[in-house]
Parts: sequence; structure tokens; C-alpha cells
Amino acid sequence: MSIDVSIRKTLRADDRCFDLDVAFASDHRRIVLFGHSGAGKSLTLRAMAGLLAPDAGHVRVDGRTLFDATTRVDLPARDRGVAYVFQDYALFPHLTVAQNIGFALDRGWFNPGRRSHDGRVRRWIDTFELGAVADSYPARISGGQRQRVALARALVAEPRLVLLDEPFAALDPALRGRMRTELRALQSRLDLQMLVITHDPADVEALDGHTIELRDGRVA
Amino acid sequence: MPMGAIWVPLVLTLKVALWATAINLVLGIGVAFGLSRWRSHAREVVDSILTLPLVLPPTVLGYYLLVLLGRRGVFGEWLDRLGIHLVFTWMGAVIASTLVAFPLVQKAARAAFEAVDPQFEDAARVLGLGGVAVFFRVSLPLAMRGITAGALMAFARAMGEFGATLMIAGNLPGRTQTLSVAIYAAVQAGDDRSAGIMVLVTSATCVLALLLAGWLAPDHLRRTRP
Repeated sequence: MSIDVSIRKTLRADDRCFDLDVAFASDHRRIVLFGHSGAGKSLTLRAMAGLLAPDAGHVRVDGRTLFDATTRVDLPARDRGVAYVFQDYALFPHLTVAQNIGFALDRGWFNPGRRSHDGRVRRWIDTFELGAVADSYPARISGGQRQRVALARALVAEPRLVLLDEPFAALDPALRGRMRTELRALQSRLDLQMLVITHDPADVEALDGHTIELRDGRVA
Repeated sequence: MPMGAIWVPLVLTLKVALWATAINLVLGIGVAFGLSRWRSHAREVVDSILTLPLVLPPTVLGYYLLVLLGRRGVFGEWLDRLGIHLVFTWMGAVIASTLVAFPLVQKAARAAFEAVDPQFEDAARVLGLGGVAVFFRVSLPLAMRGITAGALMAFARAMGEFGATLMIAGNLPGRTQTLSVAIYAAVQAGDDRSAGIMVLVTSATCVLALLLAGWLAPDHLRRTRP
């Protein structure tokens, strides 16, 4: 199994309480976690990326254990080799498109200058046709371009798995259809292992992968 | 009045205010970042104590400093043996200004750090960065606008420091007499013309610092959300 996930987590906020208890395994290259908002999709994704520590369970990707409560394995987010595309992309507003894309290539304490372009950054800029906006800041580019930058930034370090949180929700409907096709084509061209979460049945249909439905913190 | 009479205290005042601002930037950013990430009920208590210099009379702060740093003070004796004398020196004035202006940097920096969307820090961690790199490459640059504004406020406050400075550094012309102290001395001596000129210079410098606060940060930092 290339993806093997079992996560239990109880979240308390004031007097409310949410129980997440999700388990699934799949070796499909496109896994879709489908469910309404509040079903626990984002929590599952955050736990897989190492941004949320589960109370119990395990996360394995390609046979590599990223988290296991019983053996106390808990790799920090930076060592998981898992990329994460946030719902509103979380592009760094103080860095240019090229600097955003190259972010993961330099792990030093300070941001590389605006002029230092890695060859790999150039390649992704060309792949996603971002040449015209490479030196622009995220606030000045279009929604579709923002999504491409977020994808390029996630893919540049060649992750084993790409997690995408509602990748089309921030786009206007006309663009959404085009970006679905684009993502699907990119996935098969690069043979990416990806896990997408969505509340939109149209996304499920377009991505045509192994669909797992979540409801109230559990696999339905 | 001779040029030197205003030039000497002006240069000293700028030197003291710049040092105080530099020290406060390092201390204020460190403390503010710590407080903004610290999940504890004690946090607001610590914050209140750190805000005290803003509300206590500067003479009270100056008195505390004398008790701590004076030659027979708690740390003063120890510093004296190391050959460091803070009382009646310009470094004493720096410490007084630093203490009085500290809450301005700390409060602004804490608000700025708390306004940074944690998602950016998450994104940086997932992209492979360690804690220190996340701070210098994401948190600090995104908070820089607020911190800069706080630092300029602190600079302006340090420029005008009077009470605590007088208590610990005294009023030694050419050595510890900053503009605000010199103005007081001039008025006491009936030299209204000198006092007036120095008042204008101090006011203009402070207005300039406050104007800079709005102008320094680049445009694209005005929006921290995508």
C-alpha cells in the first residue's frame, strides 16, 4: 500500500468536542477525500503533513513511517517529504513568484535574493507559463496563476506525496473547470502521488481517482 | 547662541536614541515573539509587568535604575568591579531611554507577530524549513512593518526622554546633557532663545521619525494575506 493512514484525534474548543477517527489505505495515484465542511478532511491532511499531532494511529507513505503512536515515531513536517497546497495557497506575500517557487530549494536562515534563480525554478516557471509574472508579488497576479505558483512551489522539491486542500475552491467557476483538467494532466504526466480533499462532487468526477468519503470525522 | 551649544546635545541625543532603539529592536522582537507563541495564563501577567515603564513616572524608573545600577546598587557593585560605570555616563542615558521606550517596541512587535497568518509558517515548515529559518524568512519579514512603526515610536520617545535620564545620567554638559535636559537647563537659566531653538529641533526630529514610520515599509507588505 503506498498510502496507509489511521488517525485518531480528539479536539476540544471551549465546550465543543470533535472526534476524528479516520483510517484508509490505497495505492491509487489519485486519492480523493470527499465530504462536507467539518467532516475532518483538513484535520486529516494536517495530521499527514505533520502540522497536527494525532493522539493515536499511524501515517505511512510508500512504506515509510511518518508517524506511529505505538513506536513513538513522529517526523517533523520538514522531514516528511510531503508537499501541501493550502486552500488559499498561502503564497508568501513578501516574496516574488520566483522566490516562492524556489523557497524549498534553499533551507538556510535567510531568503535568497530576488535575482538568484535555480535552474529548477526556471523549469517550473516555464512549465506553468509564469515567465511574465516571475518577478511579481502574489498580490499582483491572477487566481489561476496563484494556484500554479502554489503547485510549482510544492513540486519543486520532488515530494513523495502532494496533499491538496480544496485546490479549486478559491477559483471562479469558469477557471475551475480549466484548472481541474490542468491538474489531472499534470498528475498523469509526472505520475504524481496525490491526495486531494474536496466538498465538490464535480472535483470528484474530474479527478477520477480512489474516492474516500468522510462524514463526522469518520470514513463513511 | 553658539552652534556648539545645540550641536553637542543634538548629536548626543541622537546617539543615545539610536542605541536605545537598536537594543530595543533586539530585545523587543525576542520578547514579543516569545510572548506571541507562549500558551500560558502567566503570559498576560508578564506582559503587564513589561508594560510598566509606559505608565510609571520616569523618575520612578530612574530611581529603580539607581538602586540597581548605582555604585552601591545590586548590580552596580559587580559592574564597578568590571570597570563599567553607568551612572553619570551617556551609557546610563542609553539604559534609561531603552527602559522607557521598550514597551513601545514590544507591544507593536507582539501585535505584528500575532497578526501573521499561522498558515504561512505552516507552509514554510512543510517546505522543509526549521524553526529559526521560519522565523527569519517568514514570521519576521511579515511582521516587519508593525515592528518598524514601533521602533520609530520608540526612537521618538527616546529622543524626548527626560526624567529617568536626569536621575541616572545627570546633567553634565557635553557628556550626558541630552536635548531635553539641555532645554530644562536653558529655561532654568533664563535662556529662552536657546530653549526655543532646541525645542524646535527636537520637535522636528520627532515629527520626521513619525513620518518615516508610515513611509519605510514597502507596499507589498501592506497585505499579509494572499
